[in-house]
Amino acid sequence: MTVPTGVETNRTGVAALWHDPQARSIIYQAVALGLVILAGWYLFSNTLQNLEERNISTGFGFLDRSAGFSISESLVSYEASDTYGRAFLVGLLNTLQVALLGIILATILGTIVGILRLSTNWLVAKLASAYVEILRNIPVLLQLFVWYGVITITLPSPRQAFEPMPGVFLSNRGFMIPAPVDDPVHGYMGIALLLAILLSLALRAWARRRQNRTGLQFPVFPCSLAMILALPIIAWMVGGAPVVFELPILEGFNFQGGITLSPEFGALLLGLTTYTSAFIAEIVRGGILGVDHGQTEAAASLGLRRVRVLRFIVLPQALRLIVPPTTSQYLNLTKNSSLAVAIGYPDLVSVGNTTLNQTGQAIEAVTIFMTVYLSFSLAISVFMNWYNSRIALVER
Amino acid sequence: MTMPNTQHMSETSQRPPVTRVGVIGWLRANLFNTWYNSLLTILILWLFYKAIPPFVDWAILDAVWGNVESTVCRQTDGACWAFLYEKANLILFGLYPFEEQWRPTIAMIIFVSLVALSCHPKAWRKSLIFAWVIGVPAIAILMWGGILGLSYVPNTRWGGLPLTLLLSGLGLMFGFPIGVFLALGRRSNMPTIRTICITYIELIRGVPLITILFMASVMFPLFLPTGLTIDKLLRAQIGLIMFASAYLAEAVRGGLQSLPSGQYEAADSLGLSYWKKMRLIILPQALRISIPALVNSFISFFKDTSLVIIIGLFDLMGATKAALTDAAWRGFYKEAYLFTAIIYFVFCFFMSKYSQYLEQRLYTGTRR
Repeated sequence: MTVPTGVETNRTGVAALWHDPQARSIIYQAVALGLVILAGWYLFSNTLQNLEERNISTGFGFLDRSAGFSISESLVSYEASDTYGRAFLVGLLNTLQVALLGIILATILGTIVGILRLSTNWLVAKLASAYVEILRNIPVLLQLFVWYGVITITLPSPRQAFEPMPGVFLSNRGFMIPAPVDDPVHGYMGIALLLAILLSLALRAWARRRQNRTGLQFPVFPCSLAMILALPIIAWMVGGAPVVFELPILEGFNFQGGITLSPEFGALLLGLTTYTSAFIAEIVRGGILGVDHGQTEAAASLGLRRVRVLRFIVLPQALRLIVPPTTSQYLNLTKNSSLAVAIGYPDLVSVGNTTLNQTGQAIEAVTIFMTVYLSFSLAISVFMNWYNSRIALVER
Repeated sequence: MTMPNTQHMSETSQRPPVTRVGVIGWLRANLFNTWYNSLLTILILWLFYKAIPPFVDWAILDAVWGNVESTVCRQTDGACWAFLYEKANLILFGLYPFEEQWRPTIAMIIFVSLVALSCHPKAWRKSLIFAWVIGVPAIAILMWGGILGLSYVPNTRWGGLPLTLLLSGLGLMFGFPIGVFLALGRRSNMPTIRTICITYIELIRGVPLITILFMASVMFPLFLPTGLTIDKLLRAQIGLIMFASAYLAEAVRGGLQSLPSGQYEAADSLGLSYWKKMRLIILPQALRISIPALVNSFISFFKDTSLVIIIGLFDLMGATKAALTDAAWRGFYKEAYLFTAIIYFVFCFFMSKYSQYLEQRLYTGTRR
């Protein structure tokens, strides 16, 4: 069979090119690329001209200059005389700190609320759905302001601080908790913990091999748990069981000693945790409901015990539904932590904003923000792809 | 036929025990069905007992009502609703001139009724477009004034709820078409166009809204040719449109992806051009599928507009903060935030209920 060529021969030159889908697609793409490059070049040249007029030098050289502003809290040592680069590092670490803690707490709280929403107790289920509906439908920024207001205005001054537990104080200057005093025994406890984890992994490998060979099962989980708990405790007791905590003590107008969580940090952590937990609760609920009831029944009819049904049948299938949206919630939490700028917690954006106002290096500062947050997104999506390929349903 | 067995009748028509039906039965089944559920119920009732009376005391019994001085409020522990008498105008309308505030009120009513009308599937026809074509200029005239004997109000004085509705309404109105094109571009088989769209979408979605707003407020002026400036509100609006379009594109992409490929092939086999295929076959179905996801994006976008406070606009959130900076009324944050939270909640809650309603309505055809 021959392809009729009459249609093409009728048209020549540009018309022929225009009616060839492949050529047309190349033209479209060239035009699109050209427009993007043109727009980019236009904006770029305008920017250069504007910067020249305002006498702002471009480039990241300003990072080596002295910052000259102090930062209220930082994980690494920082003085006002340190460089802008160091200030950005402090901000980045503060962002990571609040995001990491927030993710852990929001996961725990969200899972609990999600399961409570499925409770057969009417009151519990309704209360949990009220929690979810209220937190989801109010802007997170407003919630942060509320928490900040609760801590700084409603909580008493340090002199009349609440003491819910001995050594723990809640006041309008933040939360004060006892700090464990450094002791060489802590190092040994760490080593013991590491050893216990390694031993558990070895035990798991051995138990799996033995089950493959003989079919005999071994209670790996209880044994591992016992080891991980017991070994550090034994190390602690062998080391003489030192219990030394540095308690926060009221001196003058504020507390000294112990660990202080600032009101800004407390408000940000509480706000982000509760807000994100409402979304995670919905995801968890959906994941559990998404597993077909027949799966549980089939597993039960195979004679699996309840724990094993949960562990081997329900959980893997529910997690397949739960994990992808949850990771995007983690990313949202990390991005929302930039709202710290509104209540004065020195996170990356807040530090960057101060820098931007002092130096006028708007493009560089915004570039740093974007790079950092895009790396977070990239890291999370790489993890997601890896996880998805690992748990993906393998079909014939 | 024999006579019915009366003995049997009375047995079947016997009422179930009182402990199994009615209020008691419901309580047993839903609150006290196991020992731990009973424990939980009692715990929650105890918490209610601890929390509700103090709240009622604060909000109603000890509260200060009416138009009084702030010093009166300082003498009680209750809520200071006098704060709202004093500041509700500022929170709702920002710095809009007091005697002209009927204008944003009517503008909001027009806007909300247009949205409400558009929510009704029965109203989805051509006349709806005319309603918007008439409504939007009417809103603009009411807000700006300057003609028809209305005094001119520069947009630097806009604020409060009208500004929040404006930022989110315009953001979605412009963001949605852009989002549809981005979603189509992302699904295109031309690699260059696909790459451009993916880069844009992932770039915007990967960074917090604050960075985009910062970019809009400090970088846009640098982008423009020397001498040309655009005001802060417009810059923020452009930033919000960019943000909304990326998220809406992802919602639409979900719809495009879930459409069976047979639809694409059928359209191709009819010899339709790309745009005809999209306009007549693909988008009507894909958009319908993505409506719930779109409404969810609308809700989060509506909440996210509150972030414009950080670049110094007085939207509902910003005006609330501004109301709290008055030295005479400092510290009444609970009243202020409760008021604002209720406004946000009402809007978002209705949107989410609407999305659930649509989901049920739209899937009836395909549900088996």
